[in-house]
Amino acid sequence: MDALVLTIIATSIPLLLAATGELIAEKSGVLNLGVEGMMLSGAVGALGAVLWLENPYYGIVAGALSGVLMASIFSIFTINFMTNQVATGLGLTIFATGLTGLAGAPLVGKTIPSLPKIEIFLLSDIPVVGSILFNQDFVAYLSIAIIIYISFFLKYSKSGIILRAVGDDHQSAHSVGYPVKKIRWYATCFGGMCAGIGGAYIPLVLTPHWSEGMTAGRGWIALALVVFASWIPWRIIVGALIFGGITIAQLVGQARGWPIPSQLLSMMPYLATIIALTMISGKLSKNNSVVPSSLGKPFFGSQ
Amino acid sequence: MIKFCMRIFSLIALSISVLFFVISSTFAGSPTKVGFVYLTTPGDHGWTYAHELGKQMVEKRFGKDVKVSVVENVPEGPDATRVIRELAKQGNEIIFTTSFGYMEPTLKVAKEFPDVKFEHITGYKRSKNVATGNIRFYEGRYIQGVVAGLMTKTNKIGYIGAYPIAEVIMGINAFAQGLKSVNKDASISVIWANTWYDPVKEADAAKVHIAEGADVLAQHTDSPAMLQIAEKNGAMGFGQSTDMSAFAPKAQLFASINNWGPYYIKKIEELRNGKWNTGDGPNHWPGNVWGGIKSDMLVISKFENMPSNVAQKAQEALDGIKSGKINIFAGPLVDNTGKEIIPAGKALDDGALWGMNYYLQGVNGKVPG
Repeated sequence: MDALVLTIIATSIPLLLAATGELIAEKSGVLNLGVEGMMLSGAVGALGAVLWLENPYYGIVAGALSGVLMASIFSIFTINFMTNQVATGLGLTIFATGLTGLAGAPLVGKTIPSLPKIEIFLLSDIPVVGSILFNQDFVAYLSIAIIIYISFFLKYSKSGIILRAVGDDHQSAHSVGYPVKKIRWYATCFGGMCAGIGGAYIPLVLTPHWSEGMTAGRGWIALALVVFASWIPWRIIVGALIFGGITIAQLVGQARGWPIPSQLLSMMPYLATIIALTMISGKLSKNNSVVPSSLGKPFFGSQ
Repeated sequence: MIKFCMRIFSLIALSISVLFFVISSTFAGSPTKVGFVYLTTPGDHGWTYAHELGKQMVEKRFGKDVKVSVVENVPEGPDATRVIRELAKQGNEIIFTTSFGYMEPTLKVAKEFPDVKFEHITGYKRSKNVATGNIRFYEGRYIQGVVAGLMTKTNKIGYIGAYPIAEVIMGINAFAQGLKSVNKDASISVIWANTWYDPVKEADAAKVHIAEGADVLAQHTDSPAMLQIAEKNGAMGFGQSTDMSAFAPKAQLFASINNWGPYYIKKIEELRNGKWNTGDGPNHWPGNVWGGIKSDMLVISKFENMPSNVAQKAQEALDGIKSGKINIFAGPLVDNTGKEIIPAGKALDDGALWGMNYYLQGVNGKVPG
């Protein structure tokens, strides 16, 4: 049982990180559909760095940088040149799929050491829970730390409130003197960093090799997760665990011969997302918006 | 005036190039043009890499007598039609389309180019100018079953399948036959990944199998993820399509390697001698190549990470299949619900193999759908 729970957690972490990053970008009003592409570049960057520097921790840094690089490309187009965010995001994913295939070609067939587990003193000795929660790798701890930080940042810090203001009404934010474009740049790059680390987690922990397109659609699930979480950070943890849990549950169900069709279970997370969306639109009608109002709209004001 | 000159000029250029084309194609001794369509970039493991090795054998064998063009990364679907048509237009005389999903696109283009020969890999539809080629992958699975049965301590075998189609099911059943021949207590549980390629999901499936107590894993998906997980967790497994020992030096027992070279060479030779033919009749059966260990299309890599008596048993199974002494699907065969499939003294024929939608004894659960 322990092993299964650990597998669920490990499967959830890339989703968790990528969704958290995207949440921040979307809160600032930027819809970046390039998450899949940023994850892929994080994965290839991480693997390359670990092969070169022979230390898995550099993989995290390289993954983050590759993600930021991709996010910067996206930012230049959508924020500075004011292109359509949806089209640019899709373009970014397609571009990154090709680019990582090319950059990753010399890495195919090589394996790397995995990130080590870190036991937290005393806590990891707690029976059952200790070995599951307090014997994880660095990125797992980091992702929880990021979520906690983000929750407070958005709710209580001044910068967090400014970020939300930019996402909700960029004209007003601009007129009171906030640098809309700069803030969106930061938010998008943070999103890229998180997606990059999320992507890096795949070769660093889950399956230590590079193969083309190895994220296999996880970036899209992360996008769905943001909606599922209705832009509230802690719900991403719940959502990611549900997504991860159902993925593993359907595999376990097959291995044990449960009489549930695996396709039905595979469908569940998406069904949950649609239900979440429906509930959000229900809330919207009561004038209690959770969706950033300027989401996806380019800002044309000068700076 | 300038426009007129341009027109005349382009007309002349066009006619010269047409002339060149006619001359070059009628001249005897010109190289045979061969086209390949790949599903992915070849990389250095798995399905497409095996085809790449086959292509290299063709180039080595024929040298300047063939001119090979390859298109990589072709998605199955409308894009494939476009790519195959383009290859046909460029004057390729024989085109190998190397994935199951190219079946309809290949047939469609073949109708438009009746003089071009097409070879579709792993398909079941043929026509006057579309032949098919496939490997008896299941023969390797039988040997895997033998080795798994002798190596397992928990008597639980974890199998990861891509999709519940006949080709994969026949592999599982062959595995079960091999397993049963040496170990009556072991059983196979199957997880369908519902994808040919998703390293993370394949890794997850492997982890679940191990958590459920399996200690020998087999896969019918493409990435080396399963073997890596086995390596990490002290389990064993088998390489798929190509030798994957680089990914799992301690965990790979052996790999079933797809060897397309001899088939490609044979078909190109037939074309050059004017003997390429799919025969008559609704099914064009003579146009089907389905080779296995005997015809060298399936190669078994070195037996490793196992005691010598197990390796010996594996070698016996290999020799038995090669000599024809072992008929994997010989009766009596009973499915895992107890229904008789075929009585003693008879054996399943190729047609029956392609109709498999049941598990034989030794496999848990039932085929989905």
